[in-house]
Amino acid sequence: MSTQSSRLAARVMVAPSVLLLFIWMVVPLAMTLYYSFRLYRLISPDRTGWVGFTNYLWFINAPEFWLAMGNTLALVGGVLAITVTLGILIALLIDQPVKGQGVLRILVIAPFFVMPPVAASILENLFMHPQNGLFAAVSMSFGAQPILFLQDYPMWSVIAIVSWEWLPFATLILLTSLQSLSSEQLEAAEMDGASALNRFRFIILPHMMRAITVVILIQTIFLLGIFGEIFTTTQGGPGSASTTLPYMIFKQAIAAKDIGRAAAGGIIAVILANIVAYFLMRGIGRHLDT
Amino acid sequence: MGKITLKHVNKSFGDVAVIPDINLTIENGEFVVFVGPSGCGKSTLLRLIAGLEDVSAGRIEIDGTDATHLPPAKRGLAMVFQSYALYPHMSVRKNIAFPLKMAGMSEAEQEKKVQNAARILNLTNYLDRRPGQLSGGQRQRVAIGRAIVREPAAFLFDEPLSNLDAALRVSMRQEITELHQSLKTTMIYVTHDQVEAMTMADKIVVLNAGNIEQVGSPLELYHHPANVFVAGFIGSPKMNLIGGAEAAKHNAATIGVRPEHIDIGEGGPWTGTVGLSEHLGSDTFLKVEVDNIGTLNVRASGEVTLRHGDRITLAPQAGRLHRFGADGKALA
Ligand SMILES: Nc1ncnc2c1ncn2[C@@H]1O[C@H](COP(=O)(O)OP(=O)(O)OP(=O)(O)O)[C@@H](O)[C@H]1O
Ligand SMILES: [Mg+2]
Repeated sequence: MSTQSSRLAARVMVAPSVLLLFIWMVVPLAMTLYYSFRLYRLISPDRTGWVGFTNYLWFINAPEFWLAMGNTLALVGGVLAITVTLGILIALLIDQPVKGQGVLRILVIAPFFVMPPVAASILENLFMHPQNGLFAAVSMSFGAQPILFLQDYPMWSVIAIVSWEWLPFATLILLTSLQSLSSEQLEAAEMDGASALNRFRFIILPHMMRAITVVILIQTIFLLGIFGEIFTTTQGGPGSASTTLPYMIFKQAIAAKDIGRAAAGGIIAVILANIVAYFLMRGIGRHLDT
Repeated sequence: MGKITLKHVNKSFGDVAVIPDINLTIENGEFVVFVGPSGCGKSTLLRLIAGLEDVSAGRIEIDGTDATHLPPAKRGLAMVFQSYALYPHMSVRKNIAFPLKMAGMSEAEQEKKVQNAARILNLTNYLDRRPGQLSGGQRQRVAIGRAIVREPAAFLFDEPLSNLDAALRVSMRQEITELHQSLKTTMIYVTHDQVEAMTMADKIVVLNAGNIEQVGSPLELYHHPANVFVAGFIGSPKMNLIGGAEAAKHNAATIGVRPEHIDIGEGGPWTGTVGLSEHLGSDTFLKVEVDNIGTLNVRASGEVTLRHGDRITLAPQAGRLHRFGADGKALA
C-alpha cells in the first residue's frame, strides 16, 4: 500500500507533532532528573547545590520505601486481577439477551464517569463507614461488629475502591470484544461437543485475549499513578500501611516541601514503570499482534 | 447409521411460521440436497436437524430414536458452516482435533485420526498453520476435516462452497461427492446452486416458503416436476411457462416447455422474432419474442447463427410438454 515516497511524506508530515510530543516528554523528565541531584527545599530556598545520589539514597533508605513499592505493585496487581476477572464475568452476563439491555449496560458503565476523589468518598462514607456504611449495617444485622475497613484493611480498601472505578472500563472493552465473536464459531464448538465451560476456555477466552491485554496495559499506566483515592480516604495510613510510591512522592513534595527528594522519587517511579512495562510486554505483548 | 426422520416439524420465530409443517425421511447413506429460493427456510431446517434451533412442534428422529430435545453434541451429527467457522487461534491440527479432544480421546489417538483426515483432504503440509494463513479452499477442507474425524451419523453442509470461486467450486464439489462415495455417510447439503443440486444429489428436496414442494431424484424433478414452482426452479436456463389461450389449447392452465426441448425449423406452431442471442460456443441461448405468447427461451446448438430480428418458427418437442392445472399441480 505504501510506496517509498508516500512513507517519506508521512514521516515529514508527522514530524512536527512527534517533535512537540518529544519536547513535552523530555523537558519535564530532564527537569526532574536535574532536581533529583540538587538540594532544593522550599523551606530553605537559599541553600542549593549538587548533592549527588543523596536524594536517591534517602528515598531508598526511607523506612516506608519498600512498603510503598510493595503497595504500589499490590494496588496494580490487585485491581487488575479484580477488574479483569469480574469484567469478563459481567461482560458474559450482560451479553445475554435480556429485557432492558441498553439501560443495564449504561448502569454498568456509570461508575467510570464518577471522578476519582468523589468515587472514593462515596465508597468510604456510604459503604465502608463503620457507623453509616452499608457494610456496617449488614454486619450488625448479623449481630457482628462492623469491620473497620480503612483502619484494619487499608490497602484492601483502596484496591476495592479503585477496582470499583475501573471495573466499567474493563467490562466495556471486554464486552465489545465478546460481541465481535462470531456465533457460528460457538455453534461449531457446541456441535463439536464442547461444554459451556470448554467453549469459554477454548473459544471465548482466546478470542478475548487481545482485549484483555489492552485492558491490562492501559489500566497499568493509570494504576501506577493512583493518588486521589488514597488522599481522600486513608491518607497513606494508618502509619504508612497504605502509602504507595506516588503518595510518598507527594508527601516529600507537598508535606515536606523537599523538591529534590520528590524528584528522586519521581525518577524511581519512572524506572519502576519501565520495569513493569517490560515484563508486561514480554508476558502478554504477543497477544497484540495478528 | 444415519437415518433422519422429520415428523410434522414446525418452526416459528415469534408469530412467523418459517416452517409450517414438514415431513421428511432421509435414508441412511443418502446424499440429500435442500434447494429453494433465498429465505425459504433451508438453513433453518438444517439448524433444526443439527439441534442449534429448537423445534416449535413436531419430532426429529435419528436412527429411530427421538432426538427432538437432544443437545447438538449428543445427536452425532457434524456441520460444515458457510463461513467455515474455524477456530482462528488454533492450528489446523488443533482445529481438526478439537471434537476429539472434547470427547476426551487420548493424544496419540487424536494424532492418528488427524493424520488420516489430513491425508484424505490433502492437508498434511498445512497442519501447523493457522486458518488465517490458508486459502478459501483449504479452509473449507479443514472444516470438512473437523467434521469427518468425529465419524458422525450424518454430515450437514450449509452452502459450503458459496464463498469459493467458480473453478474451486467445481473441484470441491467433486471432492465432496467422492468423499460421500468413500465414506457412505448420510449427507444433507443446502445450496441454491442448480448445478450442485443436480450433480451431487441422490435426492433433492425443493423447498418454498418453508414447505416441501417435491422430493425426488434430480432426473425425476427434471422430467416430472410436480408443480409449476418446481418446474420453474429446477433446470437452467429456466423452463418456459406459458398461460392463457395457448395453454387452454392443451387443456391446462399453464404449460411448460424447457428451452432445450424447443426445435427451430419449418412447420412449428409458433412464429417469433429473435431478440437477444447468446453464443456460448457449445450452445446458443436465444430469447425469441413469439407472437401472441411472449418471450420464450430457446436453447439451440452452437452452430446456429441466427441474429437479432430474424423471423423463425418454433416447435415444442412431442411429449416434452408439461401441463399444469389451475392449482399449479401437474396434470397427468
Ligand atoms: N433468528 C431468527 N429470527 C427471526 N426470523 C428468522 C431467524 N432466522 C431466520 N429467520 C427467518 O426465517 C426465514 C428462513 O431463513 P433461512 O435462513 O432458513 O433461509 P435460507 O433458505 O437459508 O435462505 P438463504 O438461501 O438466503 O440462506 C427467513 O425469512 C428469515 O428471515
Ligand atoms: Mg441459508
